[in-house]
Amino acid sequence: MNELFSMGGYGSYVWSSYAIFAVALLIDYLAPKLRNRQVIADLRGRMKRQQRRQEKSA
Amino acid sequence: MNTLTLWFHKFGSPPTFFRVTALLSPWLFGAAFLIGLAGIYWGLFVAPADYQQSDAYRIIFIHVPCAWMGLFAYIFMAVNAFIALVWRIKISEILAMTSAPVGAFFTAVTLATGSIWGKPMWGTWWTWDARLTSELVLLFLFLGVIGLYNAIEDRRQAARAAAFLALVGIVNVPIVHFSVSWWNTLHQGSTVRLLGPSRIDSSMLWPLLLLALATHIWFFASVFARSRVSLLELEGGKEWARDIALATEHGHE
Repeated sequence: MNELFSMGGYGSYVWSSYAIFAVALLIDYLAPKLRNRQVIADLRGRMKRQQRRQEKSA
Repeated sequence: MNTLTLWFHKFGSPPTFFRVTALLSPWLFGAAFLIGLAGIYWGLFVAPADYQQSDAYRIIFIHVPCAWMGLFAYIFMAVNAFIALVWRIKISEILAMTSAPVGAFFTAVTLATGSIWGKPMWGTWWTWDARLTSELVLLFLFLGVIGLYNAIEDRRQAARAAAFLALVGIVNVPIVHFSVSWWNTLHQGSTVRLLGPSRIDSSMLWPLLLLALATHIWFFASVFARSRVSLLELEGGKEWARDIALATEHGHE
């Protein structure tokens, strides 16, 4: 098992490369999800304000 | 209209694009994830060690697919930028702009893993040779497109300005690709070739191809996911976008 992680003495190089790859993809996956939440919240807010304005003028 | 043009027109309409990609995205992410895991397992634990570089060469399975994706993303972005500039198609504008951050991610990973690979093999983290420098320029081009797009208030004008930058920058793509044969560089030449036999044993080629496939699928999954958000933002005043905002509970999908 130890041999597996040492990667012939290059373990830190190999594992850090794979870790960077995984972290980059994770951020890439989460970024649009977070922005989606924000965009939808903005949209709902705008619609609510519009509705209130219409009710007032009615 | 024949079926193909009809399909194009339909796919080019924002609500249809939104619906189709909503169905596709999770499958694409899932497929990319599973194929990627298989490739990583094969690359780390099944493929034999290199006779010269021992286990350090295993970085290739991340480094090379990401490098391919950087160029692929750039070409995809430039083609869509061209369509956006000539025919003013909204979906193309959005596809061009959303492929920039994904391409930037892949290019950044290429530079980082290349650096980590260079330290034990070349004895240096960085050198200003043709391949490394042109790859860095590629990252700056992606960042330039993202920056320009965000600097202009009007979304459609911003997309047009950034698309123009993306088109001009395409000159860098052949430079990246051919840099290893045009100049004497520290970076090794192409190992996998489309024309002619590859200079790599099949036991090492397969994990590389699996990860290349996985990153390509990932690219489209991510670009579609980002495009849907941008489309919703851009079309926020329209009926279909409002329906989707209302149907989404507290912003969750």
